[in-house]
Amino acid sequence: MKKMLTGNSSAAWGARISDVDYVCAYPITPQTEIVETLSSWVNKGALKARFVNFESEHSMFAAAGAASLTGARVFTCSSSQGLIYGLEMLYSIAGWRAPLVLVNVSRGLGMPMILQVEHGDVLATRDSGFIQLHAENCQEVLDLVLLGYKIAEDSNVMLPVVVNMDGFVLSFARQTVDIPQREAVEKFLPRYSHPRPLLGLESAPVTYGPTTSDGFVYSFYKYQLHKASLESRKVFQTAAQEFFKIFSRRHHAVEAEMTEDADYIFLVTNSYSSNVRAGVRSLRAKGEKVGMVKLKMLRPFPREELAEVLSQAKAVAVFEQNLAPGRGAIIYPEIAEALYHSQERPDVLLSFIGGLGGTPLGMPEMEYMLKKCKEFLKTGHGPEQPLLLYRSEDWESMKHSLSKTGLPVSREVS
Amino acid sequence: MSRPVTDGGREMIATKHPLDPMIRAERLPNIWCPGCGIGIVLAAYVNALTKSTKPHEKNVCISGIGCTGRIAGYLNLDTYHTTHGRAIPFATGMAVAKPDLEVFVIAGDGDISTIGGNHLIHAARRNVDINVIMVNNFNYGMTGGQHGATTPLNARTHTSPYGNVESPFNVPYLVSAAGASFVARWTALHVIQVTKAIKRMMEIKGFAFLEVLSPCPPTYGEYNGYPAALDMMKHFRERSVVDNGADLSTVSVATGADDRIVVGNFVDRKRPSYDELLTELQARTGKKSGALTEA
Ligand code: SF4
Repeated sequence: MKKMLTGNSSAAWGARISDVDYVCAYPITPQTEIVETLSSWVNKGALKARFVNFESEHSMFAAAGAASLTGARVFTCSSSQGLIYGLEMLYSIAGWRAPLVLVNVSRGLGMPMILQVEHGDVLATRDSGFIQLHAENCQEVLDLVLLGYKIAEDSNVMLPVVVNMDGFVLSFARQTVDIPQREAVEKFLPRYSHPRPLLGLESAPVTYGPTTSDGFVYSFYKYQLHKASLESRKVFQTAAQEFFKIFSRRHHAVEAEMTEDADYIFLVTNSYSSNVRAGVRSLRAKGEKVGMVKLKMLRPFPREELAEVLSQAKAVAVFEQNLAPGRGAIIYPEIAEALYHSQERPDVLLSFIGGLGGTPLGMPEMEYMLKKCKEFLKTGHGPEQPLLLYRSEDWESMKHSLSKTGLPVSREVS
Repeated sequence: MSRPVTDGGREMIATKHPLDPMIRAERLPNIWCPGCGIGIVLAAYVNALTKSTKPHEKNVCISGIGCTGRIAGYLNLDTYHTTHGRAIPFATGMAVAKPDLEVFVIAGDGDISTIGGNHLIHAARRNVDINVIMVNNFNYGMTGGQHGATTPLNARTHTSPYGNVESPFNVPYLVSAAGASFVARWTALHVIQVTKAIKRMMEIKGFAFLEVLSPCPPTYGEYNGYPAALDMMKHFRERSVVDNGADLSTVSVATGADDRIVVGNFVDRKRPSYDELLTELQARTGKKSGALTEA
């Protein structure tokens, strides 16, 4: 069934067709529509789940993790400050190996308050043990929820999954979404049964999260978590193949487009991938050998796949929607590390930061990134720090603000 | 800021509103919906401020997130728009570090009693010298109307379309039991009483708490039989009962047509405030030098 759905309704549909048992909710813009949609379905009897609107994200995540350990299929969602408020629990949930799915609707963090997109929220959870998948469009939101449960509940993985979509750009944008039939979903995603459920009558009593003062025990469990996370790459691949067979849509951890003969590759995540694709096509039409790589899986980090696809290019521009104070961009160093061990690697690896708070990404930014790559290639030197992308009118205001505060008027974050 | 007013059909320009000096008039119009009670609370607070003997620079206002949270941005004072639920600990930090400040928290019910509920009871328990005005619109208004810890039983919201199954907090009872020096409840209709209560809160040593029940026509109102701007105000007028000495265990709020709404200045008592306790502690221990060589 095809429907025009917002990213938020698409996430709700993902939970509905996954036949979740329990929805743990707390409102926060721009995510609230997801939990409102789910509670309205509970009201109509269309979703046979228990729905609880908690008093905070922190308690919501705690309950979600516990329920998941009892063998319930659990769905929860949040955004921005809410996700970060519950961050303590995310580490616990991963440590408990509770295979739930959390949808995050990305929004800027901290002060000043903003409702629009920035990826600092979801990236702050990257080392929690959650598997992290990023959606480009509303269809991917739904697909990744299904794939999320499939990977999370795999007995070789047993880890929670966070599916990210961009606030406003996807959460409130309507796109055509193909909602699979229940029977097809049941084939792909059979009923979840926890291998050793908490309160399972047949199993011996279990204790989750005991204390240890032994460094070896602590590192053993952490290492086990790490191995399970790495294992999920294979599981994702197999699940994606099965997904394609049943639903005819392909998903890869790293998705390369127009890269075979590309001298320049733009790397991007999430919804701005669509903008980059349009830009790359236009540049191609002008004869530029440009390609793009979309990073769909952030955790586990698909190092080898990335190294393979990026190493052939002369220059790679990493575009990110986050700004980590004291660091620059968050994903860029991971890409650099992935390439460091390659025999062949691009001569130029540039970091660009833009789209913060939903600022636009279009042809001017693509042309600017390409120009910077070319300059660097030609002269052999270029910026070592991230470059901030601004439209000219924003840049004028930014220059004004920078000079007023006495900061250097430069796009280079240095 | 100048606003046109009419005088017998003749348009006049009022160049100044009496409260303008305390408001960031350039930020008007505000974001609140027609019929919302938050602006009334803002005006009552500003009115009380104009009567306060404290210099303005000694008054600070702290808000959380949500419709009421926006108050901080409209006041011509030092104000702080904190994170969701954390206005009270922020205020505690400020009041303890600078005891000469008159610290007000003005935030919504979601902020104060739901996501920040833990902080509310602990600030009341410590009897911290802050004043908390909780504007209670019975739901999360900013995000479009979801149920929280003050939503009456069976009330409908976007996340309880089937009728809320959770019992709400009776917040004055809770805060009183936790130890607050002053506890009151009024509605947005009781402008004079709200203003007077705020003035009294400025005099109180210790934790002072005021709940102001407020209409929220487009979300809670729409779903629960009070959709027009004046509906809930009419209900407040018809169903409010002033009872300063009420047994607080009986003052839960529900919004059914026949439900009574008990309002009043319920608690006004002397308990050592947190500042007094800390000052006394310092007097006891302060004779010792702070030198690091001493154990
Ligand atoms: S949603 Fe309700 S509380 Fe918020 S501004 Fe509108 S009326 Fe006021």
